[in-house]
Parts: sequence; structure tokens; C-alpha cells
Amino acid sequence: MPSDASAPAPGALLQTRELTKEFRGFRAVSDVSLSVAEGTVHALVGPNGAGKTTLFNLLTGFLSPTSGQILFRGEDITGRQPEQIAHLGIARSFQITSLFDQMSAVDHVELALASPTGLGYRFWRSSSQMRQFRDRAMDLLGQVGLADRSGAAAGSLAYGQKRALELALALALDPQLLLLDEPTAGMGLEDVDRTIALVKKVSEGRTVVFVDHNMHVVGSLADTVTVLQSGQVLAEGSYDQVRHDERVVTAYLGQAG
Amino acid sequence: MSAQLERKVDVELPAGPVVAARRPVVRWAMLAVGLVVTLALPWFIYPPVAMDIAAWALFAISVDLLLGYTGLLSFGHAAFWGTSAYTTGLIATHVGVPCPLAVLGGAVAAMVLAVPIGYLSVKRTGIYFAMVTLAFAQMVYFIANQWRSVTGGENGLQGIPKNLGPATDTINADSFYFYYAALPIILLGVFIAWRTVNSPFGRVLVAIRDNPARARALGYDVERYKIMAFVLSAGLAGLAGGVFSISHGFASLQELIWTTSGKVVLITVLGGIGTLWGAVVGAALVVTLEDQLASSGFNGIGIVTGTIFVVIVLAFRHGIWGTARNGLNSWLRRRRTSRDS
Repeated sequence: MPSDASAPAPGALLQTRELTKEFRGFRAVSDVSLSVAEGTVHALVGPNGAGKTTLFNLLTGFLSPTSGQILFRGEDITGRQPEQIAHLGIARSFQITSLFDQMSAVDHVELALASPTGLGYRFWRSSSQMRQFRDRAMDLLGQVGLADRSGAAAGSLAYGQKRALELALALALDPQLLLLDEPTAGMGLEDVDRTIALVKKVSEGRTVVFVDHNMHVVGSLADTVTVLQSGQVLAEGSYDQVRHDERVVTAYLGQAG
Repeated sequence: MSAQLERKVDVELPAGPVVAARRPVVRWAMLAVGLVVTLALPWFIYPPVAMDIAAWALFAISVDLLLGYTGLLSFGHAAFWGTSAYTTGLIATHVGVPCPLAVLGGAVAAMVLAVPIGYLSVKRTGIYFAMVTLAFAQMVYFIANQWRSVTGGENGLQGIPKNLGPATDTINADSFYFYYAALPIILLGVFIAWRTVNSPFGRVLVAIRDNPARARALGYDVERYKIMAFVLSAGLAGLAGGVFSISHGFASLQELIWTTSGKVVLITVLGGIGTLWGAVVGAALVVTLEDQLASSGFNGIGIVTGTIFVVIVLAFRHGIWGTARNGLNSWLRRRRTSRDS
């Protein structure tokens, strides 16, 4: 039994086996076999169109794979519906901010907190029942820096605040596995650093998979980086390994040039 | 400090349901006025017309529950209104129970019918959902047309009694008293609708309406919620249809035909979706107008209601009630801002 604290490679929380998604002959994700170790922060990077968001949609049930398997805690979850996957303990945020524009920030988080309780089915109860989640919701909004905006409708929030609310929603589900699709996209420097600190904080006791184009974010957060290109895994390793990988350099420079 | 914060937040809210919902005084005042008008109605207009307004208002509310709060346009709600009209009529005629029980039976029949229709329809969205519900409603129409032994075919069910219970024979035929006997059923339906949209379930429905993918990612089984909303809505349409058929003393194919589905959608949109009150205003307007035009011997009722519909939809995108409410909200906000400064 390995007993030192830094090394023990925990079992894979999430695995994909030769996962493939075709759209009318176009292979957006091609034979991707990933293994995400429990308790780690795993980054998916790659140029636009590399299949990162498609992969997220496959993992969360929004798309079903053409072939291949998805295993969560060793259990085959291929073909499960998004709401079932959410209840298994996998929460995601969306690349394009995806909120309920007229609903206040705190109502968003309450709605997420109520999801596993089944309270949502009670059409005969008053909606004031949702207030039982108020304290926890305010706590989560505080964590993402939105405490003073809790009453504001999501549609009236600034861009960075919407991204923060996305994160609060994902956290409200208290997931074992947190999937973040470009958590810092379009953010100013200050917000980026705050988000990095936040993801670091919430990744304690959790497994995080995220997509981001910002190499500063990837370098600060990721234990493991998987580079995708044209739907395939190009390279995998620590940030420093991947950064110096010839194929990766070629892929990125080739793209830039 | 907290008052300051609240004010800041309030101003940032968009014009819409949120602001009005934060003013309980306004809500209770509206409710009181609505109740008084409802109770006084048969004193001022012909009682069967008053009953029609009440029944169509609840019917429109049932559509609003789907269209305004769940984002589903049902173009086949006549199936539930009509199924209940027939079932209520059959129960009232053959079983001889007091009519509120017959109406409840009709509503249950509508809900039972809504389970398979809802299950198959909610897999589609947008215009496809409307088409599927329309197709099912047409099936119900043709079945009623063919099943003469039960439905009376083209003649419909005639002579449905207004049985208000034992020892009430003398007032059985009086539409003035019937209005007050049937009103609790309508108000029960309105209450169920109000409770539903102001429940945790209602919150989820609005979330589904605004962003179904997001609701799913939060773990909400969108299809199941839609089916539940659909069945609830069918039950309310059933309560309304049952009251309607007893009030008129007959149930005909008119209750099942697609133009009835169209009319109730028109009423709902005209009044303003997502408000419940709008459905009531729309029903009062359309039913009164049709009655006036019909009694003046004018034949082109559809042209008039159609024109009004087009004008209102083009000029007031949120319908009559929605537009009035938004106007009131921005007036209140202006007044408040000028008082603060």
C-alpha cells in the first residue's frame, strides 16, 4: 500500500473508452480514451474545433456518442440523460453563459439546491418553500463574489458576474465531478485570477475537468493536461510536459501561422 | 443599509413580472376587485354570458399555464375542454349526481386523456408540439363524431340537467343561480392555477420555459415536468368545459373542433401570456364581443375578433394585461425614483 500523501494515484473517477461522435460523417470526437483521476484537476485544451465542447456534451448526456463508453466510478453511464447524470454527481457549466434571464441570482442557486430534493414537483406548496435553501444559496453566492447582487435578475448581471453565477450553480449541486467549459472566457484579468483562486478552492475534495484557452489558467490549475486536436488526443501529461511536447508546439504554431 | 441595498436591486430588475410580484398590496387589491366583479357579474350582464366568460377564462388560464409558464403552445386544448363537456354531460344525464360532481368527473376524464397525449407530445417542442397536440385533438374530434351511440354524433348531447343537489328542483333551470353554484368550481380551478405558478413546481416550469437545457443540467427531468404541467392544464380545461356544457345544457362537436383550440389560444395571447389575469381579461373581452356581435345579427364575428387580435399583437406585444402591467410598473418606478432624489 503506498502511504505517502503526494503520490497515491487514486482510481479513475471518470473514464472514456474510444469515445466517438460523428455528425454526418464528420468525426468531432474520435476514439478518445481519457482517464481522469479522482481528486485531480484535469484540463482539456486544443484549438477551436478540437472537440472539447462536444466531449463535454457527451460526458453530460446532452449528446449521445456514436460509439464508445463513458464510465463514472466504474459504472457505465453511456446514454444516460443529462438530468440523470446531474443526479449522479456530475455538474457542468456552459461555455456560452446559460441562465434564466428573469430569475434573480439567489433564485437560481435555490433552484439548483432544490433539484435533488424533489421539492420541484410540489405544485401544491408555496414557492416560499424555496427559502429553506436561502442561507446555503447566499453562502455559495458569497463564495463566487456575488453576495451583493443576489437579488438582481440574471439578465441584468455583468458578463463576469454571469460566469460567476454559472459556477455557483454547478457548485450548488455539490458534485463529485465538476465540468467547467471555459470558466474564464471573456473575463478581465482580475476576474480571471479570482476565478483561478475559486476553482482551486472548490477543487479540494472534488475532481475538476475544465476547458480553457488561457494558458495562464491551465498552468495555474491543472494537474494533468490533455491536448485535443481534430477530435483526437494529441498529447497528455503535466502542464510542463505538454508545453514542451513537439506535436503540441507544432499544432499550436501551425495554427497560429 | 439593507433598505438601501434593496432599492438598488429593485431598480435593476427589468420591467416584467418580478416587480409587480413584489407588491403584495397591489396583488391583494387586484384580487379583491376581481372577486367583486366576478360576484356582481350576473347582475349586470345576461347570466349565461357571465358563465361563459368564467368558463372561457379558466380555459384560457389552463392554456396560459402551458404557454405562459412552461413555454408550450398547445393547439389541441379543445380535446380536454370537449372531452370533459361530453363526460360531464353523460354523468349528469345518466348518473344523476349533483353537477359539481359531474364536472369533477369530466375533469378527471380530461386528465386521463392528457396522460398519453402529453407523454407523446412533450417529446416535441415549438411548432411541432403545437402540430402534435392538434393532431391528437382532431383524433378525439373524429372519434366523438363517429361514436354516435354515446356522443350523439352531429346532434351532440342534448338536455343535460342542471342538477344542483336534492331539494333544489325549483332553481334547476335558473341560470342566475347556476352561475353562483358553478362559480366555486371555476374559482377552484383558478386557485389551483395560481397555486401552481406560485409553487416550487411553478419555479421549475419557468426555468424550463426560459432555458430547458440549463434546467436539465441542474438535474430537472424536463419531460416529466412538462407532462405534469400538461395534465394539470388539461384538468383545468376540463373543469371549465364541464361547467360550460352544464350551463348550456348540451355538449356538441363545437366543443372539440380545432377552432375552439384556436379561440382559446387567441384569448390567452390577447390578454397577455404568463400573467393568469390576462386570460381573464381576454376571455371577458372576446366572449362579450362575440355576444354583442351575435345579438346584433352580424355574421363576420371572426373578422372582428381576428382584426382585434392582429392589432393587439402588433401594437402590444405583451397583450392587454402585460402591457398595462408594464406601464404601471414603469410609472411606479418613475414615481419612486423622483421621490428618492
